[in-house]
Amino acid sequence: MVAKVVTVTSGKGGVGKTTTTANLAVALATLGQKVVCIDADIGLRNLDVVLGLENRIVYDLVDVVEGRCRLRQAMIRDKRLPELYLIPAAQTRDKNAVSPSDMSRLCEELRPEVDWIFIDSPAGIERGFRNALAPADMVLVVTNPEVSAVRDADRIIGIVEAEEKGPVRLILNRVNPNLTRRGDMLNAEDVLELLAVELIGIVPEDENVIISTNKGQPVALDGKSRAGLAFQNIARRLMGENVPFLNLDSGDGFLKRLTRLFRSGGTMG
Amino acid sequence: MPTTADRRVQIKGIREGLLVTFGEGEWSELRTALLTYIQEQAAFFKGARLAIDVGNHVVHAAEMGSLRDRLSDLGVSLWAVLSNSPVTERTAQVLGLATRLPSPRPERPVRRGDTELEGENAVLVQRTLRSGYRLSTRGHVVVIGEVNPGAEIYAGGSVVVWGRLRGTVHAGIEGNTAAVICALEMAPVQLRIADQVAVIQTGRRRKTEPMMARLENGQIVLEPWKGK
Repeated sequence: MVAKVVTVTSGKGGVGKTTTTANLAVALATLGQKVVCIDADIGLRNLDVVLGLENRIVYDLVDVVEGRCRLRQAMIRDKRLPELYLIPAAQTRDKNAVSPSDMSRLCEELRPEVDWIFIDSPAGIERGFRNALAPADMVLVVTNPEVSAVRDADRIIGIVEAEEKGPVRLILNRVNPNLTRRGDMLNAEDVLELLAVELIGIVPEDENVIISTNKGQPVALDGKSRAGLAFQNIARRLMGENVPFLNLDSGDGFLKRLTRLFRSGGTMG
Repeated sequence: MPTTADRRVQIKGIREGLLVTFGEGEWSELRTALLTYIQEQAAFFKGARLAIDVGNHVVHAAEMGSLRDRLSDLGVSLWAVLSNSPVTERTAQVLGLATRLPSPRPERPVRRGDTELEGENAVLVQRTLRSGYRLSTRGHVVVIGEVNPGAEIYAGGSVVVWGRLRGTVHAGIEGNTAAVICALEMAPVQLRIADQVAVIQTGRRRKTEPMMARLENGQIVLEPWKGK
């Protein structure tokens, strides 16, 4: 096995990086893939909570980097999905406790062991983000259909391009078809036109995400909710399957047009 | 290579031989200092080709001729006299001396026919400028690509965007009021030309017509960009 390192980032906070990381990791593990997720948000860790693994933490990322434990010891195994592991962030330290080369070294060590390494990046463009970006083979940029989130996504994509990382794939999260239809939300076509990167998924706004996050049970564990299904579809696209985009809208909505836009682009994996 | 202790006469090696630069002082003193120096370092100077930069000194034909002859006696050939004074330049030309050092890129290009234009310096950017990118130059800027919101361009001259302009552009940063800003699609956050600032109101419906912004009576005006 040679793992692919996927960094999930957004620039702006609160757009759903951690939710996306947790759900994609869960969805891939459900598909039989061996997945490790690393929480790179040192000092503000969340991924353990969203995955429902908080009470199992003994060692964390900083312990590994500073040599207080072996890598294996810091990998928390998810009991629901035996092929899913979490390396949690330290809560009592800050981003400077880890360097970009520490992250690269850690991922090199993990690479032969697993299929996927997901790195949950902190918000911002500072050290924590650089740490998360350093080992990336692919960068998933999560954004919401809002001007400020899209602006930050553009900045992030610019940095990723400047550092010659990538490829970049875009996840448009928390899309509300009703708002978009009324013209109260940024149009997805506008977002894509501005960012000019390949879209890999559209996740609808779904209150199940909040409920499941609070329970530590990612929506992707079952595909019953629309958001859960959307994350499962992204996971399958990451695996190279050609999965059509969800039709969130019954009428001739933007998603339908968007889907056509994509198919004409013809490069969706 | 010997160095001159005497600061009135400086000598350095150039591609064409040696270049002598004169500092402040009386012409006769400078001349004596140079000749004395060459005599002291006779072995070094033997057979050298010398160019002399006399700066602001006005050197008359008789003086220049005698210096050339004296140098010749010492085995040094004078081939060029560089001067800021047109009179001295003409004198040197009359004596058959060069008045310019050949350079691969002449400071003042040779005069060509009226149909050949020299053009002006511009930076070409063939990519999309994303948020956080900043381009700053004293010349003109041509972008083939988009300028996204959050990107900034600062140009001494004009800015032409072959694409959508949605960021911030400041043309004529050093006060050039003739600078213009052109874009295929004009929807900037802000435009500045020289010391004027304009906020462009863009409605929901975009105008896809190419536009040009320029200064007219001290105000930035925006108009369709049409060939002139």
